[in-house]
Amino acid sequence: MERISKEQIRHVADLARLELKEEEIAHFGEQLDDVIKAAQQLNELDTTNVEPTSHVLDVRNVLRDDVVKPSLDRDDVLKNSPDDDEGQIKVPSVLE
Amino acid sequence: MGAFTHSLKELHTMLHNNEITVEALVRQALDRIKEVDGTVGAFLRTDEEKALARAAELDQQLQDGTADADEVLFGLPVGIKDNIVTKGLRTTCASKLLENFEPVHDATVVESLRDAGAVTVGKLNMDEFAMGSSNENSGFYPVRNPWNTDHVPGGSSGGSAAAVAAGEVPFTLGSDTGGSIREPAAYCGVVGLKPTYGRVSRFGLVAFASSLDQIGPLTRSVEDNAYVMQRLAGHDERDSTSANVEVPDYLAALTGDLKDMKIGVPKEYLGEGVSQGVRDRVREALDTLKDLGAKVEEVSLPHSKYALASYYVIASSEASANLARFDGIRYGVRRDADNLLDTYLKSRSEGFGDEVKRRIMLGTFALSSGYYDAYYKKAQQVRTLIKQDFEDLFLQYDVIIGPTAPTTAFKIGENIDDPLTMYANDILTIPMNLAGVPAISVPCGFDEGMPVGLQIIGRHFEEATVYRAAYAYEQAVGIAALPEVKGGAQS
Repeated sequence: MERISKEQIRHVADLARLELKEEEIAHFGEQLDDVIKAAQQLNELDTTNVEPTSHVLDVRNVLRDDVVKPSLDRDDVLKNSPDDDEGQIKVPSVLE
Repeated sequence: MGAFTHSLKELHTMLHNNEITVEALVRQALDRIKEVDGTVGAFLRTDEEKALARAAELDQQLQDGTADADEVLFGLPVGIKDNIVTKGLRTTCASKLLENFEPVHDATVVESLRDAGAVTVGKLNMDEFAMGSSNENSGFYPVRNPWNTDHVPGGSSGGSAAAVAAGEVPFTLGSDTGGSIREPAAYCGVVGLKPTYGRVSRFGLVAFASSLDQIGPLTRSVEDNAYVMQRLAGHDERDSTSANVEVPDYLAALTGDLKDMKIGVPKEYLGEGVSQGVRDRVREALDTLKDLGAKVEEVSLPHSKYALASYYVIASSEASANLARFDGIRYGVRRDADNLLDTYLKSRSEGFGDEVKRRIMLGTFALSSGYYDAYYKKAQQVRTLIKQDFEDLFLQYDVIIGPTAPTTAFKIGENIDDPLTMYANDILTIPMNLAGVPAISVPCGFDEGMPVGLQIIGRHFEEATVYRAAYAYEQAVGIAALPEVKGGAQS
């Protein structure tokens, strides 16, 4: 496979909501490329008909009764918010 | 008072014989931290006021006779890794992004220890968001190995291992996603257990890779470890991946008897890439186990060499999703910008360190459109093969044994900007996280002055068998000594 291009690195950074400087794009790009090349070693294995494992224990659809219980206090939760107003978290403008 | 050198059981007996008070133990921890932690760097912060107030409450219970006389952890100081939330005590994951985060609830494990009467004295340094094998990725300052402060303590629970080795607290909690309890335990010459996936609640553990993370204890001895594990293990309805499986009496497993135990030693774990010194110590340990009556045979885990690649794809993919929540909006440090998107970008780019960015980038790439099947799904299929390797061996063997890490602790700065070399330190610990099986690291001697760790791996939910083997070995060779740590100025 070809080396990962700077455009691809920029695209991935964008998806990950990371702003990278030019030198970071070059440096991380090279390191990412090495790690991805190493990951291609997995292609040596034939995994046709092998189920993927996303979870090691045989636990699925854990259900419980829907009972009302006290939740965290709103004022407590807002203490960690960088900016809040009238019981809500404030963010910068979303639309231009 | 100096370093903690007694076992948990001895401290417990001293407390109940009125030879010592809880306050004295908490002060011993705080004083020892002041004495040596400027050099070691294991703690990010202590909570002197609350710890002493709690100690006074517990001393009162001892005087009133209301203290649970059977609870060994009662009154003992503990350090908690900084990715486990503690109500009212800052929890930063050693990240600048969470520098100001003060949790509004306790993790289940913190509640359990509190209910048992243990006293949290502070939060332990780590690699940022538990990503690293050397503790050099802490957003604040590195941890140093108490055996030689030019060397790393291992990671990511480096603070948790170094604090025990330096005698700052008698026990700590760490977390292990790819070796983060066992590798630092090996490097610092202490005992560290990664329980079976689902054995200990992850509620309140800041998620790195949710299908791999487990919380576990780090202690001086196997017996101490079993006492702590007894309190951590169990089902928690607040963690839907926690298993509803009965918790056995771990202390009852510490018989010292290994007769008829069948031990498999994977040839892949003593091959190329493992240093001669480590191999020698592990072979000596296997001889000891044979002398104790165990049957030791060479076996194979044929997919071992693929574990590292599978792990880094899966763990980074999960991390890229889990760490999306850190955007400077609801908690953490926000870097103000004119609009919402730039606020996300600035908060994350300035808040995360390089290794965290690398892993988020790798994970985002592996999950991105067009690459998902080739990387993420492939890695999950390989995970199945690795898990099957273990299942096959456990049909015939009670435990699998090898080294914990391929070398002893390396020097600070040696691998810091070379991700592939750094990741290779985890090659012997990663497969157990992928398979979800429990594994312990116990000290098994030294190579050129630095500790070597022996890794004992068991079947799902068979921590008791792992403890049985570890204890018998430890009884035969003696509990490992602690290093001389001298105080020093803050680095």
